[in-house]
Amino acid sequence: MKFANLTATAGEWLRGEGPHHQIVVSSRVRLARNLRNRAFPGWAKKAERTAILEMIKPRVEELTEMQDSFSEALQDLSATEKQVLVERHLISREHAAKSIGSAIVMNRRQTLSIMINEEDHLRMQSIRSGLQLKSAFKLVDKVDSTLENKLDFAYDSKLGYLTACPTNVGTGMRASAMLHLPGLVLSELINQVIQAVNKIGLAVRGLYGEGTEAMGNLFQISNQTTLGEKEDEIISRLTKVIETIIEKEHDARQVLIQKKSNTLWDQIGRAYGVLTYAHAMTSKEALNLLSIMKLGIDLGAFPEDRRLPVDELFIDTQPAHLQKSSQQKMNAEERDHLRAQIIRERLKVFPKPDISKVARESENGSKPEPKNNE
Amino acid sequence: MLCDVCKCNDATVFLTQILEGKMQKVNLCDACSKDKGVQDPTGFALADLLLGIGAAEEIEKGSVTQKCEICGFTQTDFKKTGRLGCSACYQSFSEGLTTLLKAMHKGTEHVGKLPQRAHEQMQLNDRMRTLTQDLQKAVAEENYETAASLRDQIKKLESEFVTRS
Repeated sequence: MKFANLTATAGEWLRGEGPHHQIVVSSRVRLARNLRNRAFPGWAKKAERTAILEMIKPRVEELTEMQDSFSEALQDLSATEKQVLVERHLISREHAAKSIGSAIVMNRRQTLSIMINEEDHLRMQSIRSGLQLKSAFKLVDKVDSTLENKLDFAYDSKLGYLTACPTNVGTGMRASAMLHLPGLVLSELINQVIQAVNKIGLAVRGLYGEGTEAMGNLFQISNQTTLGEKEDEIISRLTKVIETIIEKEHDARQVLIQKKSNTLWDQIGRAYGVLTYAHAMTSKEALNLLSIMKLGIDLGAFPEDRRLPVDELFIDTQPAHLQKSSQQKMNAEERDHLRAQIIRERLKVFPKPDISKVARESENGSKPEPKNNE
Repeated sequence: MLCDVCKCNDATVFLTQILEGKMQKVNLCDACSKDKGVQDPTGFALADLLLGIGAAEEIEKGSVTQKCEICGFTQTDFKKTGRLGCSACYQSFSEGLTTLLKAMHKGTEHVGKLPQRAHEQMQLNDRMRTLTQDLQKAVAEENYETAASLRDQIKKLESEFVTRS
């Protein structure tokens, strides 16, 4: 599969409608695996790294899950293409910085991506829409079980799977969910939530993981530890915490509707106004305003069938996605113009916010969505 | 205030992170903060940095091994990167790592997924143990016919071990 074909459509996780998809954008589970007694990618010389890649890549490509896959060596991807994959959360920023001796293999649906020679020899990741950590784990676990019959993974009976960084040893698993929490941010409760989550040993991060800023009211929650706890225990603990946060977010939205409705309608009206009329917009501003539009859809101020165009804009207005759509290299200012132009075009047929609908929604839709039966 | 890493220059970068309810502070000089990538927030995690420092100290205290026999990785390399050289490093630097892992994780032993190979190996080990015990018992009871059969089974199992490894 060609890169253009891969990126022509949004990943399934973006279009899908998994449980709690209004608040949980996506669920991801990744497993780190390494070959026994071979130097980890960060320590291996170029020749060994390449040899390891040659050993792993065919095994990954022949997986039944990887039929019709996109498979590419990192040095054959342009900087923009790599960044596009980062913006889609298909590769990590660390992997994007790699070149000779590293590769990426992913399926057409963009639900499974396998990085070869990132920090570990193998980083296998499954992405699902909404809160579906269990099924994301199931897929990546199956892939791992197939690969372990063909590759000699480094495993120790006491320490479990051995990884380049001691923080991943044991299960080698990082499960995370991307949450959209405008209600908690607008009601200034988000810091309390973050602190509470940190206290129970889970990590909260920004849009692109470690060390990144929270933009567009998007937060990633993931497990911090990997040793001394079973995979399914980690996942159910994380799922429970996320379900609690979902409830808190719903509560916060209800309080906003009831007690701060003027502020809320002002925010939604301004977001609509700026997005539909602005001629220059940074990606940060776009994300923050699109987040409010998404909230508007959740609350019923915009019709439900407008959800996909807004969700797609979250990805399509990111710098590399914009660059990809243009023939020549753009500077930041040119990108800001193009971004505003794309948003204006996509929102041309977007109806004005209708607050009268919200009152009804808040009566019917005030309760959190039913718990998923994963 | 001196830099926590090089301990010779004045610290100019002060970092605070709350991790699992505990406040952690690191003071760095300009050079070390650059060296550790602190000024590039993308590649930096205070936890790694902190744990890396602690880990390096632990390793220096405990381990006799200076270099991993398999990949040639040294403690200094670990101190620099916070990453290990290969899977055998866990054995080579095991003394220091035990303390580090204890501080980092919920437990010190893996309780999760077992690769099928490891699982089969465990089953083989169990069967071998049972057979050996039965053999000793049979010999003690002078039940030589059973003993001979058990001995054959053990031989067969041993050959399985060889083909697997």
